[in-house]
Amino acid sequence: MRCGSLLRKRPRNGLERTLALSFAAVILFVVSNSFPFLSFEMKGLVTQTTLMTGVLDLYREGKGEIAALVLLTTVLAPAFQLGLLLYILVPLRAGIVPWHLPQAFRVLRHSQTWSMIEVFMIGILVAITKLMGMADIVAGLALWSFALLMLVLSAALSSFDPESVWERVEALS
Amino acid sequence: MSEDAAPGTALAASCASCHECGMLCRLPHAGAHGTRCARCGAPLHTRKPQSLERSTALLLAAAICYLPANLLPIMTVTSLGKVESDTIMSGVLFFLQSGDYPLAIVIFTASIFVPVAKILILSFLLVSVHRGSRWRPVERTRLYRLTEAVGRWSMVDIYVVTILVALVRLGNLATIEAGLGAVFFGAVVVLTMLAAESFDPRLIWDRSEARTP
Repeated sequence: MRCGSLLRKRPRNGLERTLALSFAAVILFVVSNSFPFLSFEMKGLVTQTTLMTGVLDLYREGKGEIAALVLLTTVLAPAFQLGLLLYILVPLRAGIVPWHLPQAFRVLRHSQTWSMIEVFMIGILVAITKLMGMADIVAGLALWSFALLMLVLSAALSSFDPESVWERVEALS
Repeated sequence: MSEDAAPGTALAASCASCHECGMLCRLPHAGAHGTRCARCGAPLHTRKPQSLERSTALLLAAAICYLPANLLPIMTVTSLGKVESDTIMSGVLFFLQSGDYPLAIVIFTASIFVPVAKILILSFLLVSVHRGSRWRPVERTRLYRLTEAVGRWSMVDIYVVTILVALVRLGNLATIEAGLGAVFFGAVVVLTMLAAESFDPRLIWDRSEARTP
């Protein structure tokens, strides 16, 4: 009020929309992490990378700290976000108040700070341009699903309104 | 209630809004310690506890890590026997030389401008709150929101290194290894994010709205 930041805006059809978007995001998340997102070809040699192989390579080089940071911000935090959204919304839809709801909210809020898929997308673009002069870069399936995941996840989160959740919880109990 | 609480604020009305779920709760008496939110059970604070101390400590740590982050190489490229080390700055210069101005700007903003700006803005906010400044609270709050929003974008360079390390491993032809600078740079990003998170922007307003004695 005094500093001009937006205090509250209520999304139109709230929780169901968030739930649908979350399911879509789960599918994209699985695809993004199981297929290579880039392959690199130079003088007949081809290497491919998925997100996990990148993390493992860093770990093997003894850069465990960066490996952990990348794992946290691109895999764990988004996974937590999706898992918790479903954990909160699926039981509520069935008319049950989920266990440990406050804790679930707390972890969801913190994983939001550390989930950086959109930053990772920029990272991919920069890496592609850096390597373009050196060799052939082929975009993999996971690259597209990553881009979609970024959009769907942020749509799910921006449509998520904790106040509506609390209202429904209060109506149920 | 608290004698320096500004009229019309939650504090003056003996209320505090929960940091976790946002519910406005009534505080039983002056010492709010140990009170929990009626809805979600999180501990209630009128202000984040030890906000200034925590934020200052984290920010100092970040400033210390900032030097090695820029001086040490973030990655080492071995190509046909030649070994080349890249620092953050040389990464920007690479794009400048190859004429990729948009990318040079992206990397410069994400890896150099944003971390420096964050450290400077947060130090300024901490000093101004510490000295009880009443200068332009709206602008200072905006600065805070800005640092909170842009902090994450500094991670771009870390991701670029990760992707390059994973992609370019062609035995003798070319390999890329992550350098120690990347570790320190990651530390700077994480520490400044934590410092911004532990800072409580309401501290900016406490002094500005307090009644002059």
